[in-house]
Amino acid sequence: MSHKPYPLNKPFFTPGVYVMLIFMAAGGITILARFIGGIGYVSNLNHLYPWGLWIGIDVASGVALAAGGFTTAALAHILGRHQFESVIRPALLTAALGYTFVVLGLLVDIGRTWAIWKPMFYWNPNSVLFEVAMCVMIYLNVLYIEFIPIITERFKDKFSILDVLEKNLDKIMWIFVIAGVVLSCMHQSSLGSLMLIAPTKVHPLWYTPILPLLFLLSAIAVGYPMVIFETTVITSSMNLDSEMDTLKPLSKISIYLLGLYMIIKIGDMLVRGTYVYLFDFNAQTNAFLCEILLGVVIPWVMLCFEKVRGSRKALFFVSCLVIFGVLINRINVFIVGYKPFNSTISYFPSIGEILVTSGLIATLMFIYRIAVTWLPVLSAKEKEGGV
Amino acid sequence: MDLSRRNFFSIIAGSGTLLAGNSKNAHAWESKAPENPYGCLVDLTRCVGCRKCEEACNQANHLPPPDKPFDDKTVFDVKRRPDDSKYTVVNKFHSGKKNDQDELIPTFVKIQCMHCQDPSCVSACIVGALTKKENGAVHYDVSKCIGCRYCMVACPFEIPAYEYNNPITPQVKKCTFCFEKISESKVPACASVCPMEAITFGTRKQLIKTAQKRIHDDPGKYVHKIYGEKELGGTSWMYISDVPFEKIGFQKLPDSPPPKLTETIQHSLFSFLWSPILLYSILGGIMWLKNKDTKGGTDES
Repeated sequence: MSHKPYPLNKPFFTPGVYVMLIFMAAGGITILARFIGGIGYVSNLNHLYPWGLWIGIDVASGVALAAGGFTTAALAHILGRHQFESVIRPALLTAALGYTFVVLGLLVDIGRTWAIWKPMFYWNPNSVLFEVAMCVMIYLNVLYIEFIPIITERFKDKFSILDVLEKNLDKIMWIFVIAGVVLSCMHQSSLGSLMLIAPTKVHPLWYTPILPLLFLLSAIAVGYPMVIFETTVITSSMNLDSEMDTLKPLSKISIYLLGLYMIIKIGDMLVRGTYVYLFDFNAQTNAFLCEILLGVVIPWVMLCFEKVRGSRKALFFVSCLVIFGVLINRINVFIVGYKPFNSTISYFPSIGEILVTSGLIATLMFIYRIAVTWLPVLSAKEKEGGV
Repeated sequence: MDLSRRNFFSIIAGSGTLLAGNSKNAHAWESKAPENPYGCLVDLTRCVGCRKCEEACNQANHLPPPDKPFDDKTVFDVKRRPDDSKYTVVNKFHSGKKNDQDELIPTFVKIQCMHCQDPSCVSACIVGALTKKENGAVHYDVSKCIGCRYCMVACPFEIPAYEYNNPITPQVKKCTFCFEKISESKVPACASVCPMEAITFGTRKQLIKTAQKRIHDDPGKYVHKIYGEKELGGTSWMYISDVPFEKIGFQKLPDSPPPKLTETIQHSLFSFLWSPILLYSILGGIMWLKNKDTKGGTDES
């Protein structure tokens, strides 16, 4: 199947775009309030719960769900499966936007926003967070570099210098492609190491020394379902061809990736004997059951059926479950499973925190929409006859 | 009890990785604890809950005036935690112990930063704004801080507090161990003011001897434990008590310092960046092989 990405050039303002704009405005006002009144003014964060929704969703989940970028690059460029090239650009766009919003989320969350550059000069190599920060920073730049050809391709007719840039960049692009995969493996896993410093606070169902491995495997497992999810959403909302001939083989690979995660995750629980907690039936154990059954076991079983992989609707549903599973896992590790010894009331995000997060997600979707409209990202053909 | 079960699993989990790490290479973790730092020994049998230490701390650190005056005993109605306006608080517990007249005897417990020997916050801090000083203090340098609050996530005693209502220049706030004072071998404000001599300032080794002697001289009175001697690799502040520590708000903690696990993982994976370099080479090799097979089909997209 040949593919040629092209700008959609469709009418931009649809009802969905107006909804995004409303969320963006609400988020923007809340961010303004945060920089006037302080973090305490808009959030429920306190001395015992210093990390909440912003770290759990904007940062940890944002990074995990942007994993489609490096998993597709590894598949198509490094392993040479060129039939999957049509999904690389949308996945790359999601990753570049996702990581940009991780950084924007961090700028809201950290107390001294203006000091964000300091880790570049004050190093603490013992700190897991330091390594994560360095990798995310470098990887964001790698993603932007990988994105340059999309822009040069669009504008090179007008500016001949871009053509020269594109040709030269093309020769050394492999350096960045591999670097992107290596950096991703490093910080996806280290995000899991973050909570290992707090053995007394994280529930033993999640606190395991192989947490970094589980984070890496789950990020790899969610990469292709995320691509399937996005492609399906964008092709149906833009009325394009479903691209099932690319998505179906992609879902077959997911059986192995998700299966590996499932084996290690359940094996870890059995080896450490933490299944005894499953019979506590409290909020934490229910969240764990929900995560592992709805988010891992059920989608894996479904993926094993050829029928499911062949059906656009069923495959979309399975992808949603896998994404839900990883999302809920990150929320569990950073929020639900986190219970300080001295806490009397549990943390629940405030309206302000939710507005900031939803505003950032809406902005991300908005820019995605702009990019696919005017830049050559998507390859799916226009559906004949329309609906 | 749930907590001991939790800790049990954490320890099992931790030692498993350490074994795996050790057998593989020589990145054995070493404690960076100072040899014989200053510390304080709090003898809970002596504390009467006068809150003079809170007042002295407030003045020494120029903290805002309290909501209720320092001689107001109604503050004991609730369990308080140190925060950005108070670096130490005294709480009142009824452990069930009674006197001859069958009245409950309260136990007063002062809380502040424990100034761990191998502090989790120091290991966690992204920029190294927190450091463990030779004199024992866990010191905060605001000029490096970015406000990520990972120190608060890491602290097993849940001590560092944050100025959540400062929009631009918030700081992490916690007991400083009166850093300037102890640098000149002077006694910290709280210890110097205590009328009951419940807080003894000295070198850590000497304090452990003092504590052992007090327990030895009156074995019927004290619980045979120095809280902070071994917990998490040891702390500069230590406690002795006449009631079991679990009954008066102390968490049962393992002996292994949390940074041991995280630093072992980090250093065995990333020392000299060996794993990223190896992975890069392998992926590069695969890419070269695969693209050799499919000549011409490697157009970058």
